[in-house]
Amino acid sequence: MSPRPATACIVGAFEHPTRKAPDKTVAQLHAECAAGALADAGLAKGDIDAYFCAGDAPGMGPLSMVDYLNLKVRHTEATDLGGCSYLALVAHARDAIAAGRCHVALITLAGRPRSEGSSGTAPRTRAGTPEAPWEAPYGLTTVNGYGMVARRHMHQFGTTSEQLAWIKVAASQHAQHNPHAMLRDVVSVPDVLASPVISDPLRRLDCCVVSDGGGAVIVARPEIARSLRRPVVKVIGAGETVRHPFAGQAGEFDLTTTGAAVSGPIAFAQAGVKPADIRYASIYDSFTITVLLQLEDLGFCAKGEGGRFVADGNLISGVGRLPFNTDGGGLCNNHPANRGGITKIIEAVRQLRGEAHPAVQVKDCTLALAQGIGGNLGSRHGSATLILERE
Amino acid sequence: MTTMAERILPAPGITPETEAFVAAAREGRFVLPHCEDCGRTHWYPRAVCPHCWSTRLTWRPASGRGTVYSHSTLLRVEAPYTLACVTLDEGPTMLTNLVGAAPEAWHIGMAVQLRFQAAEDGTPVPVFAPA
Repeated sequence: MSPRPATACIVGAFEHPTRKAPDKTVAQLHAECAAGALADAGLAKGDIDAYFCAGDAPGMGPLSMVDYLNLKVRHTEATDLGGCSYLALVAHARDAIAAGRCHVALITLAGRPRSEGSSGTAPRTRAGTPEAPWEAPYGLTTVNGYGMVARRHMHQFGTTSEQLAWIKVAASQHAQHNPHAMLRDVVSVPDVLASPVISDPLRRLDCCVVSDGGGAVIVARPEIARSLRRPVVKVIGAGETVRHPFAGQAGEFDLTTTGAAVSGPIAFAQAGVKPADIRYASIYDSFTITVLLQLEDLGFCAKGEGGRFVADGNLISGVGRLPFNTDGGGLCNNHPANRGGITKIIEAVRQLRGEAHPAVQVKDCTLALAQGIGGNLGSRHGSATLILERE
Repeated sequence: MTTMAERILPAPGITPETEAFVAAAREGRFVLPHCEDCGRTHWYPRAVCPHCWSTRLTWRPASGRGTVYSHSTLLRVEAPYTLACVTLDEGPTMLTNLVGAAPEAWHIGMAVQLRFQAAEDGTPVPVFAPA
């Protein structure tokens, strides 16, 4: 591995402990997350000179939140790639820092879908979008979009519900050690298979939780990171894309490939590392099938081999080859604002610092990957990949 | 066993980009956009060709024949229904609903035929039934 310049580091990471917050506003949750990340970093509010957010931030882009937080910024950005926005924003913050536009960037996410009664079985087509007239009548929800994806993968590659269940089993093995996790009970493959079908072939335990809460991350110049006397977590690779299988296809329509097949190789090439080098992976887990596809597309196994790769505990820390989502992930711990991306960064930072729960901490965790999907694999989605290294 | 015919389709909403399609559908005709510049078709229909960004698009009659690419029946709702991707004989794959059979009858690769079903406001919406 050749040395590469560190362009920015993650110096602060905070996951809000709440999972249900009916008595708080979304702005308030953003602010509590920001304060948590700032304290974690050991920086002062006045050190922040850039703010990054996505569609969960109330108001027009960063305007309301920069005001609410009373920040003095010289760089801002709002990018919406759904649940993976925050992984993309870390890369954008790195690039803004490298370009000299700012020194310390704050990224926040928060929402209250649990208190507001959000459900994965509710139609998600947005009025006013160009696709709305062609989707709204059909009742595309989150879960039936991913159900189509899962069925197609089963058809093409022989993937089974048992194999998908192993992903939930691994997440539950990790969640038992997380006192904040919504679902802390360890489950077995038969438990997953016995849970009711929501949208076939996906069962209830194939689906992530709906939780209130949020998180925040602070990205800073390497000199600042080194002055904070904490393990330094460098952003060494990043990639992003938008995948839209319906437009432009002719005979090659494919719902079984995600944008990770594009964002992953970009990130790996930039970092100069291979999938086999990764010690820990945060993989977006809106559903079990989401994890399986991303693992294939990132190159942890060949396309179609995901079912065999995840089986038999291969994703369980201390047991398998690729420990994943050691906080319990979206499947068991937290999926704030229906956008889990920031939690993927936060647990990767914990692992690289050696601050994960001792029962799930990966030994000598020097290189981690965080991967997100936003939107719907059944229609169009964003993908963002980060590769992080402990200095 | 349910044929799930009871679900009322939400209205698609009509825009300048959809009104010609809807007008043809009201006459029972299924049409696809054809690009006069690159010669290709696409789905969902738009006023700008997604392949080459030409605006020289015309509507061509299509067979309405297709095969099921994938499907999922949402069960945990009052009126269960089957979301699907159907690959048309003309090439494009479209998001749609499968109707006219029980959920367990559907399988990938199954031949299906387009029919129009009235949405809640009467607008005809393309869905697919067993061929």
